[in-house]
Amino acid sequence: MLPADRLEWVEGWGMSVGAAGYVWRPSTIGGIREAFEAARQAGVPVVLRGAGCSYGDAALRPESVVLDLGRMDRVLAWDPAAGVIDVEPGVTIRALWRYALGDGWWPPVVTGTMEPTIGGCLAMNVHGKNNWRRGVLGEHCLELDLLLPDGELRTITPASDRDLLLAVIGSFGQLGVITRARLKLKPVSSGLLHVRAAAAPDLESILRMVDEAKDRWEYVVGWIDAFARGRRLGRGLLHFARHLEPGEDASAAQSLRAEAQDLPDTVFGLLPKTMMWRLMRPFTNRPGMRFVNRMKYLSGSMVGDGAEYRQSLAEFSFLLDYVPHWRNVYLPGGLIQHQSMVPVADAEKVFGRQLEAAQRRRMPPFLAVLKRHRPDAFLLSHAVDGYSLASDFPVVAGRRDELWTLVREMAEPVVEAGGRFYPAKDSALPGELYRSTFRSGELDRLQALKQRLDPDHRLRSALADRLLGRGGGA
Amino acid sequence: MVDFRHALVIGASSGIGEALARRLAAGGARVALVARRAQQLEEIVASINATSSEQRAYAIAHDVRNAGEVPELLQRISCALGGLDLVVFAAGIQHRVAFDEFDVAKDQEMLAVNLAGAVAWLDPVADRFGRLKRGTIIGIGSVAGDRGRSANPAYNTSKAGLHTFLEAIRNRIGRHGVRVVTIKPGFVETRMNAGPGGALWRISADRAAEIILRAARRGRETVYVPARWRYLMWVIRSIPSCVFKRLRV
Repeated sequence: MLPADRLEWVEGWGMSVGAAGYVWRPSTIGGIREAFEAARQAGVPVVLRGAGCSYGDAALRPESVVLDLGRMDRVLAWDPAAGVIDVEPGVTIRALWRYALGDGWWPPVVTGTMEPTIGGCLAMNVHGKNNWRRGVLGEHCLELDLLLPDGELRTITPASDRDLLLAVIGSFGQLGVITRARLKLKPVSSGLLHVRAAAAPDLESILRMVDEAKDRWEYVVGWIDAFARGRRLGRGLLHFARHLEPGEDASAAQSLRAEAQDLPDTVFGLLPKTMMWRLMRPFTNRPGMRFVNRMKYLSGSMVGDGAEYRQSLAEFSFLLDYVPHWRNVYLPGGLIQHQSMVPVADAEKVFGRQLEAAQRRRMPPFLAVLKRHRPDAFLLSHAVDGYSLASDFPVVAGRRDELWTLVREMAEPVVEAGGRFYPAKDSALPGELYRSTFRSGELDRLQALKQRLDPDHRLRSALADRLLGRGGGA
Repeated sequence: MVDFRHALVIGASSGIGEALARRLAAGGARVALVARRAQQLEEIVASINATSSEQRAYAIAHDVRNAGEVPELLQRISCALGGLDLVVFAAGIQHRVAFDEFDVAKDQEMLAVNLAGAVAWLDPVADRFGRLKRGTIIGIGSVAGDRGRSANPAYNTSKAGLHTFLEAIRNRIGRHGVRVVTIKPGFVETRMNAGPGGALWRISADRAAEIILRAARRGRETVYVPARWRYLMWVIRSIPSCVFKRLRV
């Protein structure tokens, strides 16, 4: 029997899906092995969990052993000359950049929040606002240690076992537990970025502007007013950013201090940010968000269009951390996100269809974010040479099934266009649509690896069961 | 309204328990049916699963008097169902007792099944739901528990004890978001109520199950089934003891 006192309710970050699980929080590899042994004796699967920042069901599974690796959060080695760092899986992006920035290094790929762990980021192979330029995080992993469910610990490098590395990274923790990762960071000469804001009146314009800018900027992110219709469909605001060149920042030593990156804890110097979500809550409904989206676009296009300014790395990179606890505005139902990746040629058509489908069902996303991507070599790659649109939807009682139907409607044209989906954000995608985005043999290779490394199918997650079929790829 | 997707019904081989299990499965829930009579249970489970393309119902033979089996069974059932959001305690027996009969064996058996069995199951369930801060418990009591009738003292006591126990765990874990629903049925067409008598406002077990699930989804705390029993029992509870003891009921 599993100990009842380990039973906890474990949720996705969006708070719309959750499950009861028996949580182990080991601090050593020995502790991980003990958790596997407990699961083996009870005959239940093990699901891996980092900071729980995946929106949906990636880091949970009902009635399973939940292996929370957040306590394995040590920096094991650091070479400030080469920018190479060895970390345990529970080290967060926040801890990583705070450790390395003072030596002039920044993670080459970061998510929109600094809370995810490196183990989780590699399991989901996250991307950032510079994906078309720097690729996914896995491309910057030089080496990792993988603990298999049978207790064997393997060191994997691109030279020693490239295929396995390309399969482990991005396969949602279905092949083993990453217990150490060696990452190559990116040199920066300042803690500031040069940022330019721009407004785009419609979908065609915003896609074109992203493409035109991508060779000149390190980062590009677009926000879309998902409530705008007709000829304004897809209008939005863009933010481009580049690192400062050596010499551009006269106070580089100061801006590179971690403390200089701390986000302000008040708005306008007065209102504590921790209160902001409560003020946002009355607007978190369709009329309210229509108003907020319209005001954001109008202010960005009338006042902010063409503005250039400097912003700290953290302030630009981690927009999701700007308002603490903002996800609470979506309570009690929580939120889901759907992120489609669509090749360049079909992006305008597919995203247009997605926005119109959501509007037709009177479920426009409250937040929609556009990014540019490039393909990569990982076995379960989510990226294509194209764009992604990430859409946040509130989960409202009584309309949950309809929202899940909408996600299917939004996903179908993506498959037709040869696109892919980003599992780290997903809660609702039907498995058959996800599987149909892969080329012949790709999922068979995952299945063969699963059979070899985890023949008992001990490692499973609700996400893997749903997207890959029960048994996580088998 | 709460939607039940993973349910455990204890005492599911007949009567209200069986009807609840069938309704829950028909509504799309995965249901574990627990009862002492294995053969009846298997037949019910087979008939439920025959109506669905996937396995919806699971049979677990168990006597609620074997309290030591409960913690492991509860974990095994939760794993098999893939979660647990509703537990119904519907197990109950009512021995026929003559007006002047004082049979310790009969009375203790009723207390053991109706009350001690409920405690054996609902204590670990309440512990689980309280930890998780979610879940619904339904206890099938009886209007017979509202007053100490002379006709069947131990049965009345077992149901009154169950009502109080349910109220107490509601007061413990209700504040964490767990719903505890006390059901007080009147006369329901069950094996227990077979035979002559008890015809007042008699309803089918399926109709009772419909009322019970609707009330539980709405988060009601104490529900008479059917609802008009509430008014009759208010009158009966209001009868002074000096009068009530003269009534041979």
